Amino acid sequence: MNTTHSPVVATEALTKTYGDRVAVDRVSMTVQRGEVYGFLGPNGAGKTTTLRMLLGLVRPTAGTASIDVDRVGALIEGPGFHPYLSGRDNLRTMARYRGFPDSEVDRVLERVDLAGRGADKYKGYSLGMKQRLGVGAALMGDPALIVLDEPTNGLDPAGMADMRALVVDLARGGQTVLLSSHLLAEVQEICDRVGVIDHGTLLLESTVAEMRGGSSLHVRATPEPAALTVAMRLAGDDGVRRTHDGLSLDLPADAAPHVTRELVAAGIDVHEITHTERSLEEVFFEMTAGAATLPEKEPLS
Amino acid sequence: MSTPTATIATTRAELLRLRKWPAVWITLGSWLALSLMFGYLFTYLSYASGDNTFASEGATKESLLAEMMPVNVPDVFLQGMPMFGGALMMVLGAIVAGNGYGWGTWKTIFSLGAQRTGAVLGSIAALTCFVVATLAVSLGFDLGLSLLVATTESQDVVLPALGSTLESLGVGFLVLEMWALVGYLLGTVARGPALSVGLGLVWSLVVENLLRGVGQLLDWVDALTMVLPGTAAGSLVGSLVGVQEGGDGTPGVLDTVDGPQAAITVACYIVLAIVVSVVVVRRRDVA
Repeated sequence: MNTTHSPVVATEALTKTYGDRVAVDRVSMTVQRGEVYGFLGPNGAGKTTTLRMLLGLVRPTAGTASIDVDRVGALIEGPGFHPYLSGRDNLRTMARYRGFPDSEVDRVLERVDLAGRGADKYKGYSLGMKQRLGVGAALMGDPALIVLDEPTNGLDPAGMADMRALVVDLARGGQTVLLSSHLLAEVQEICDRVGVIDHGTLLLESTVAEMRGGSSLHVRATPEPAALTVAMRLAGDDGVRRTHDGLSLDLPADAAPHVTRELVAAGIDVHEITHTERSLEEVFFEMTAGAATLPEKEPLS
Repeated sequence: MSTPTATIATTRAELLRLRKWPAVWITLGSWLALSLMFGYLFTYLSYASGDNTFASEGATKESLLAEMMPVNVPDVFLQGMPMFGGALMMVLGAIVAGNGYGWGTWKTIFSLGAQRTGAVLGSIAALTCFVVATLAVSLGFDLGLSLLVATTESQDVVLPALGSTLESLGVGFLVLEMWALVGYLLGTVARGPALSVGLGLVWSLVVENLLRGVGQLLDWVDALTMVLPGTAAGSLVGSLVGVQEGGDGTPGVLDTVDGPQAAITVACYIVLAIVVSVVVVRRRDVA
């Protein structure tokens, strides 16, 4: 995805308190132009409040939030439409509020796969259709920045896959996407960078690869002291750790044949050598130290 | 988007959704049904049967027939507005503003970058368009009914003077607009229709009447009632259509304050409701 180092979104010590409760605590985050930024956190971590402040729905108690584009599309905490209007008329209404022509409505209905149901009343829509209509409203006018708060909520596996494809497509088209989600596999798959928030505090902001750390090789071999000597020669003193059932070497997957050959050449029996890579989910749970109360992971198609 | 541009954009959007909202047409239909029943149906039944009902206590058959003639449309058209028409418009104003919070549509609109001042002013402008349309339809409806009665009873058709018709339309607009905007303000403050509709109806139909009763005992309450919205609306209509001696006339029609003072008070409520609605929406967090 084409990212350039010019922030589209920048917050500086953004803070929101409700009485004594600190919902968001001095959050400073940046979203670069053209990237897909994943905003992660357990329920109640402060994700939606941060996004609300960013979009001007909620006033910050302290700090600043700025957006450096003219046009923003957003879906915040579920769609909100008039139940008695059809999907198409709801979008026509939204288009009028923003001064867009009615032709935008058909384009976005097509984009979110609701063209065939546009004439149906919103109150008759399934949860997934309502969510898609909300995304459609956010896409009107081809905004340079799209903020999506849990856009896959209520979608079936096929719908989730479509939404992922849509987000990737938006980023390919040069649009910046700020995506809040609790579906970590989804974020891992489509996001360039992530920010992790917990208890209102931004714990980390980095690329997905940096956050997951490098890959490693797990080796089970005997005798282990001899294997350790060979491993330290190959991966360096700091690149080897003992695990409960073997050794962990900070080496990429394609080093496995070479490591195997070196161990065998040294007269060591190799029982198992596997490539391991931490998932975003594992890193996330480590960072949030079990405080996370994520809903059960939804199946991916 | 500048405030005037945002106001025009929101007015277009709100007109689209209001005209497709069944609740709006139910409100208009209810008002027309009340106009029909209390303006003409009961009066005609009383006239036709020769009985004195609650609607025609002490009135002769001739006066009942005269009341239903086209020339009297400007008065009949106004009579139900201070209380029943006002209450219906207040309900409409409350749901126009309040349901947007319950359904999350204001959140959607503001998160998509709509300007808040323009959004409120546009929404109020669309509501005002509906008030004007209600007045026009109501006047036409009453005129049609009166012509029907005149034709049925073989009476000469004398149309009302243009001046008195315009005067009635002006007063009717002030009264209905005030109640609609008070409802809009209540719906905005309460962030929902239920509480605002309930409070508004209790106030307009019950509390003000009780306060006027208490005002006969306590001078300071009496002074307070002079500036209440119901008193102002009732007195404004009363200054045009007159008030029956003994207080047995149309509910809500009063002669507590004079016409110009009542008009100023009603206008002040209209301005106040607009200003407070804008200020509240501009300053509030929208969840």
